[in-house]
Amino acid sequence: MSVADRLRALAAERILLTDGAFGTMIQRYNLDEAAYRGDLALTLDQKGNNDMIVLTQPRVVAEITRAYLDAGTDIASTNTFNANRVSQADYGAEALVREMNIAAASIAREEAEAAQQRDGRPRFVAGAIGPTNKTLSLSPDVNDPGYRAISFDELKEVYREQAEALLDGGADLLLIETIFDTLNAKAGIMAVLEAGEARGARVPLMLSMTITDLSGRNLSGHSVEAFWAAVRHARPLAVGLNCSFGAPQLRPHAATLARQADTLLLAYPNAGLPNDLGQYDELPAETARMLGEWADAGLLNIVGGCCGTTPEHIAAIVAVVAGKKPRALPQPPVRTVLAGLDPMVLAA
Amino acid sequence: MASLAIADLPEAPESRAESRATFVNIGERTNVTGSAAFKKLILAGDYARAVEVARQQVENGAQVVDVNMDEALLDSEHAMETFLKLIAAEPDIARVPVMIDSSKWSVIEAGLKCVSGKPIVNSISMKEGEEAFLSSARRVMAYGAAVVVMAFDEQGQADTKERKVEICERAYKLLVAEGFPPEDIIFDPNIFAIATGIDEHKRYAIDFIEACREIRARCPHAHLSGGVSNLSFSFRGNEPVRRAMHSVFLFHAIRAGLDMGIVNAGQLDVYDRIDPELREACEDAIFDRREDATERLITLAERYRGTDAVAEQAAAEWRSWPVAKRLEHALVRGIDAHVVDDTEEARGLHERPIEVIEGPLMDGMNIVGDLFGAGQMFLPQVVKSARVMKKAVAHLLPYIEEEKERNPDAATGKGKIVMATVKGDVHDIGKNIVGVVLQCNGFEVIDLGVMVPFARILETARAEKADMIGLSGLITPSLDEMVTVAEEMTRAGMDIPLLIGGATTSKVHTALRIAPAYSGPVLHVLDASRAVGVASNLVSDTQRHELVERTATDYQAVRDARAGRAPNALSSLEEARANGFRASAYATPRPLRPGLHHYDEWPLDDLVKYIDWTPFFRSWELAGQYPAILDDAVVGESARHLFKDAQVMLKRIVREKWLRAEGVAGLWRCRRDGDDLWVLHGNKELRVPFLRQQMKKRDSRSNMCLADLISEEEDWIGGFAVTTGHGIDAHLARFRAAHDDYSDILLKALADRLAEAFAERMHHHVRTELWGYAPDEALSPDALIREEYQGIRPAPGYPACPDHSLKPLLFELLGGGEPAGISLTESFAMLPTAAVSGFYFAHPDSRYFGVARIGPDQVEDYARRRGVDEVTAARWLRPNLD
Repeated sequence: MSVADRLRALAAERILLTDGAFGTMIQRYNLDEAAYRGDLALTLDQKGNNDMIVLTQPRVVAEITRAYLDAGTDIASTNTFNANRVSQADYGAEALVREMNIAAASIAREEAEAAQQRDGRPRFVAGAIGPTNKTLSLSPDVNDPGYRAISFDELKEVYREQAEALLDGGADLLLIETIFDTLNAKAGIMAVLEAGEARGARVPLMLSMTITDLSGRNLSGHSVEAFWAAVRHARPLAVGLNCSFGAPQLRPHAATLARQADTLLLAYPNAGLPNDLGQYDELPAETARMLGEWADAGLLNIVGGCCGTTPEHIAAIVAVVAGKKPRALPQPPVRTVLAGLDPMVLAA
Repeated sequence: MASLAIADLPEAPESRAESRATFVNIGERTNVTGSAAFKKLILAGDYARAVEVARQQVENGAQVVDVNMDEALLDSEHAMETFLKLIAAEPDIARVPVMIDSSKWSVIEAGLKCVSGKPIVNSISMKEGEEAFLSSARRVMAYGAAVVVMAFDEQGQADTKERKVEICERAYKLLVAEGFPPEDIIFDPNIFAIATGIDEHKRYAIDFIEACREIRARCPHAHLSGGVSNLSFSFRGNEPVRRAMHSVFLFHAIRAGLDMGIVNAGQLDVYDRIDPELREACEDAIFDRREDATERLITLAERYRGTDAVAEQAAAEWRSWPVAKRLEHALVRGIDAHVVDDTEEARGLHERPIEVIEGPLMDGMNIVGDLFGAGQMFLPQVVKSARVMKKAVAHLLPYIEEEKERNPDAATGKGKIVMATVKGDVHDIGKNIVGVVLQCNGFEVIDLGVMVPFARILETARAEKADMIGLSGLITPSLDEMVTVAEEMTRAGMDIPLLIGGATTSKVHTALRIAPAYSGPVLHVLDASRAVGVASNLVSDTQRHELVERTATDYQAVRDARAGRAPNALSSLEEARANGFRASAYATPRPLRPGLHHYDEWPLDDLVKYIDWTPFFRSWELAGQYPAILDDAVVGESARHLFKDAQVMLKRIVREKWLRAEGVAGLWRCRRDGDDLWVLHGNKELRVPFLRQQMKKRDSRSNMCLADLISEEEDWIGGFAVTTGHGIDAHLARFRAAHDDYSDILLKALADRLAEAFAERMHHHVRTELWGYAPDEALSPDALIREEYQGIRPAPGYPACPDHSLKPLLFELLGGGEPAGISLTESFAMLPTAAVSGFYFAHPDSRYFGVARIGPDQVEDYARRRGVDEVTAARWLRPNLD
């Protein structure tokens, strides 16, 4: 059975768990510049380059991954949110991108297999692909709305490099997450489709959009329905929402997506909204209570946490959703949905 | 059968029951093959207005916007990309899906890379066989788009019902087998012109309608679309008849399954309201019901020709509005033609003249302020509005004074600000703009002008009980002068806010150097648009504290960050010299005409084509490259108006000789000694010291110094000073007398551009004639602006030789005194301000660079070479020391 089929079969039985935040956990280690940098010969400061520690502090990454797996994570993600050529340019570390992704995937793979050995539950590794810090839909220059800091083809290659390295390192599937720009995601999708073509097998893919305002749109302005219309051609294993706000603000948009998407639904909100100091202080029990309610409402197939969540949050969510029925896939009528920023439905 | 109000069709389909009658209206005006007006805009590069066409379409109900750039004269890929990126930035357009329309796959793909959401590709077909068709279809799928499939195969375009159905069904089966979602297929079975007089064309409409019905039955979930306007092609120019034909055709085709169409939403009639005689004639032609249907329609059509009402002119209408509305309109539009009359009329309606200012005029200016704040008006428009305001106020002033004499209770404004360009600096365009904007917003501005010593600034602020002081400067020595003003304010025990602005100022410099020198609040104001907000907060009891605290915290953070940051490593001067630039071997040609050359009056009209307009717009805070800025979606309109006004004034400047262009250029023997040049001046040598980069370099890049471009043996160097500022004062005085800040600033900005153009022209003259090392150079003005020629002309005070104090040395070489009538202030600013001076280097390796940060070792060395003490050298080089 393929990875996608195995995951679908499992997801039909119960709600599956992803993991929580890496950044929040890495902070706890109080790493300094020397720790981030290790013995890499890089000219720019590496402190804060959380993805780099897969090379310089692999033990830290392995510990965090293990903590999540032990808390109940079924699908462990790689610590590679910014491990792409565009984001790493800020750290002068473009040349290490492939190495970082291979290392990150290997760590997750190793930990996932060890966890599976320990308790016999199947585990999967999702190669995490962030949005990069450039956008294809928006101009960074307010005075020049036609300008773009990067082209579709360039970005597609950036995604392709990361996708290939994650798969080579042992990722079972890929997760394009925190999608703030739908067109970026489309470039990512094309990169993954092409990677699959080159490998002779479709690469299982999960897509997760992030909402940047309370009206339910991402940064490029797409509503969740428009987003789904724009990415449905990827035929993703799961589609969902992450980051954004806490669970209460995200819920109506997750419900909209859950009604429309004829695939698994994925949700991993932040641990509430950050406080004045930018910290998340929502307690595990609180996050779990709210997501438990989502599960009761039949919204969830795959759940986890984003910024501010910890293994304690994941353990609490596992406890709450245990035994709850996963969302049944809807079977919407065949209809044509086009999209600008808003969806446009054509009658049959 | 119930009639369908076709003109009302553009209704959101979701809001209806999902019936077959639902019809998606595709906007066709953004199509260069379908709209002559749009084509003209695109060919002219007027994308700003082209975007407006798209907006109008969506406003008029288009549910999908069709974009087509298939025009032989265009770089269609580029045009498609540019336009799609621009409309992506307009949420009220981007909310609807785009139809990327081209017969070339490369254009379609260029478009697909710019469109998020789910667009429609229009179109692909089996014209070049199944393999090409499927290959395009796979690409469409990978981009996640829907697709229009033309009823077109290897044999050609389908014209009969049978061919239409056969081709569409074949395409459908191929696509579905490939995994293409059937609901994402839209067939276009070709609408052709009818009533052409050719017999074979008679059945085109009926065949289309019947084919629709059949395709719908055979291809589940697929849709049908068509370019409706083709139908009435033979009635071009007769809009009433075309409208009727389209409406009648759609009425029937929609019932047969047509559910999308390229239709101009504004050009449809309601089926029921069409003149029955015309409607019947249309139906006869569409259904080919009578042998003479075409003739009858043509005959009838003649009666309708030219019945469309000509668009009425609303231009003069505003003059009939009530006076307050007229004043508002004049202020918002910047129209000064009637403002004195209108102000006088308003004065008659108010008890006191001041009420006209406080009432209708301020109301109008508040709207201007709001529009400016909201980014809907731009600086040139605001300055024009201010001109109107000033004229109105000037008219009222005598009456207000007269009233004041009778009743000395003067009303106080929002706040009072003393503004000045600091000592040693003569640049005031930016300061004047800020002053105008503040005045527009109710502040009393006391403008002390340029080269104002600190004593006068402090005195005035005290005497006038000013609420704040604003300092401006353009050249780097002004930064130090601002620190001096701040220190003196502290000594004088002042605590009113100090505002800092001008091209060389920065938040970092303000935080690091000026704020610590002053006991009161110091705020850097980035540009004119921020000035009002900052000044308003500072005079507000409730906002002031917050702003001052926030800024202080912010600046402290800048200082902390700075203190915590290890500065980039510097090489020692010795190391930097060892890593100096090794210019390739070049025997500098001896100038054809060495020595000094003086040009008393260079023809202005010869300079115009050398103008680089981009900085002109920047001086008005309009960002963007010329000429693209004229089409900019945001500032384009503003830029166009400004450009037009500039052209008008420029013509007068040239024709009426408002300005005189005087310049001098010299070419001298020289030799290099370390980082110094020894230039032969008369019968002695003059030392000209240059600065060397000291930043640590990677990748075998050199630590540059201008001296590296000169040989130690025998070489040549040049110098120049040009100005176009002679004669400007009389005109500026004239504008000030007319309360016309707009023209005042415009003339200064144009004079600056002309001076730069003169520098460009003179350099060209030197290369081709005086020095003559590039006698055959033939570069366009654009290429000149891009500096595609051999040699450079670095100016003292600019990055490659940042020390302004080299100007006296240069002037000495140029004959001493005031070459070209240009004098220097104590901070080495040139007067007239519209002036440029610099050195000429001819070496083919010459490139501009920035000296950037230097170390104390070089300051010490430079002081010695420059013949001044270290403190003076450090002051001159201050910007390069941080």
